[in-house]
Amino acid sequence: MSTPQPPMPQTAAPNWQAAPGSSYPGYTSPIPVVRTHLGHALASEWTKIRSVRSTMWTLGVFVLLVVGIGLGTAALVAGSSPDGSLSRENPLSFGFFGLLLGSMCVITLGVLTTASEYGTGMIRTTMTACPSRGRVLTAKAIVFFAVAFVVTLASALLVALADVSMLDARDPSGEEWLKGTVGISLYMALLGLLSLVVGSIIRHSAGAITIMIGVLLAPLVIALFMFSESLQDLQQALFEYSIPNQLSVFYSQSLSDSGPSGWDPLWIMLGVTAAAFAAAYALLEKRDV
Amino acid sequence: MIEAVGLTKRYGDKTAVYNLSFQVRPGSVTGFLGPNGSGKSTTMRMILGLDNPTAGQVTIGGYPYRKLPNAPRQVGALLDAKAVHGGRAARNHLLSLAQLSGIPARRVDEVLGVVGLQDVAGRRSKGFSLGMGQRLGIAAALLGDPQVLLFDEPVNGLDPEGILWVRNLMKSLAAEGRTVFVSSHLMSEMALTADHLIVIGRGQLLADMSVKDFIAANSAGFARVRTPDTEPQLREKLSTALAEAGGQVLPEQDGALRVTGLPLPRISDIAHDTDVRLWELSPHQASLEEAYMRMTQGAVDYRSTIDQKAGLQQPLPPGAQPPMPVPGQGQPGWYAPPPPQQGGQPFAAPQGGPGPYGAPGAPAAAPGADAPNPYAQHAPQAPQGQAQPPAAPPQAPAQPPVAPAPVAPSAPAAPTKPEDAR
Repeated sequence: MSTPQPPMPQTAAPNWQAAPGSSYPGYTSPIPVVRTHLGHALASEWTKIRSVRSTMWTLGVFVLLVVGIGLGTAALVAGSSPDGSLSRENPLSFGFFGLLLGSMCVITLGVLTTASEYGTGMIRTTMTACPSRGRVLTAKAIVFFAVAFVVTLASALLVALADVSMLDARDPSGEEWLKGTVGISLYMALLGLLSLVVGSIIRHSAGAITIMIGVLLAPLVIALFMFSESLQDLQQALFEYSIPNQLSVFYSQSLSDSGPSGWDPLWIMLGVTAAAFAAAYALLEKRDV
Repeated sequence: MIEAVGLTKRYGDKTAVYNLSFQVRPGSVTGFLGPNGSGKSTTMRMILGLDNPTAGQVTIGGYPYRKLPNAPRQVGALLDAKAVHGGRAARNHLLSLAQLSGIPARRVDEVLGVVGLQDVAGRRSKGFSLGMGQRLGIAAALLGDPQVLLFDEPVNGLDPEGILWVRNLMKSLAAEGRTVFVSSHLMSEMALTADHLIVIGRGQLLADMSVKDFIAANSAGFARVRTPDTEPQLREKLSTALAEAGGQVLPEQDGALRVTGLPLPRISDIAHDTDVRLWELSPHQASLEEAYMRMTQGAVDYRSTIDQKAGLQQPLPPGAQPPMPVPGQGQPGWYAPPPPQQGGQPFAAPQGGPGPYGAPGAPAAAPGADAPNPYAQHAPQAPQGQAQPPAAPPQAPAQPPVAPAPVAPSAPAAPTKPEDAR
């Protein structure tokens, strides 16, 4: 190179000397180099998810919907039903309506966790800082799942306790308690995780949210208009496997007696989410950012 | 050390980068130039493993980026100043990146201080100006204190103080033995910052050489000769005599003559022999900008045309003069091909110190206000006979050669005939 160069400071600054074995002279940072792992990515994603307002907004609205509608329903039912008429009902089931509406917020937050990075271009910064793309997606999934599960569990538990104390209904069994709080929370968190994964596949916030709301509502709406006799089986299946009906299964309040029961909805959602996650993982590794 | 070998990227049937091979060496600032859409950003993304090359490969220190151990500690990059989540505070943005790379959190405050954003660390980056966004991006690149740094248009939107700071930052980073790879459109910046240039056009390598060699190989120095305006016949006389002596004489729009192929003393002698007085005899060394324009004029994808406003203009009132066109705008850009001899130095000007950019042949009488402004607008010569109404090119005020002239890229604005391209 013909341009005059200032002398390189390798001799002047010993700590800048290239590490032995390095193939070319260069700069070596005094900051210690650590081997990064999933824990670093988890800390980073936790910082990201707690430092944007959309998280606070969506979760705040979620809690408001679940708790507000849950308590409101309980108060309304308690005031309007005559004594003894609820004695065979599961009191936890009145939390259903709030969670159904709140699922919109979980979907939105899930999509935003991944898709907003594509919308802002932040993903290029992230993927430059961590070339192991799968690690980023895994960290996002874990952090989001934990946040969504904890928030849903807290809200659902609050509503459940209020329902049991306010309503003159039978005492729920242990399994009903488990399904109505932990089970439904796991289901909601998985639904959010599916949205996160779809956000990573679609890479566009509005598009992914639309798709997920379609997944949530379309089967019910489509089934409503299937009047034809020949489509009866399909109509039945659409009703039974629609997400709102799967939610109600956790309260043993399915629209029909056939279809998913017990913990089935959780396994269905787990399978769908796992498949989508695998697809997103493969696409993330293969596609250009 | 960044090394690309046969790097190719296709999007569908559009080839963004084709068979690009180059090396970026440590210890110097390497400029990366090319017209819009020539594949600079695509190349940078492939270096960073964001895009997968269709063919070929690019390695940093011998590894493809995605296989690099501790990649963020070895490579820092500013790709796009707006590649941040606008709703996140600057400090949290950097903190998340530091955590991802296993960098201690106090390093975040250090780099915020380095780029001068410590006072707005808690503010959301949505409200940042373009310059502040650039500083945040530079902070992210510096976070890992890396050995290799890539900057895509780092001075976009920066104030003059910021530009000076970035220039010195690049140089000091390179002086520490790091590899610094900078893309920019600002030729004046590149001339002052870069030691080495990699120029691409339409995705292919056009040049890989030092700035000095680049200017020498792609520019024709010339002498500007001005005879008394009052006596046009003297001009004709001198033109003939110079042409007989073997020089190429091209008239400039303001009446001066642009002479190539003859050394300055010889021009003076000829003028003396033919009894012509001279009002001006000055050497001109082409700037990096001109050299760049000449090299890339055949590889420009997006070229502006004259705004015709056809049918939209009010008819001029009778007797009114149409406005004079701004010099440089809408004029056919044409740059003389480099002279046949290598070095592009057709006349032996008295050798003094190194020229503005270390280029040879700058006049000895350079210091002070007489120095030729390296960015003086050379009037396009318009040899195709489609010359615009004569508009005197403003002789840019002479400046000391180190001052970065705020050069508005007086790009070749009109569609250039492709056969002119070298």
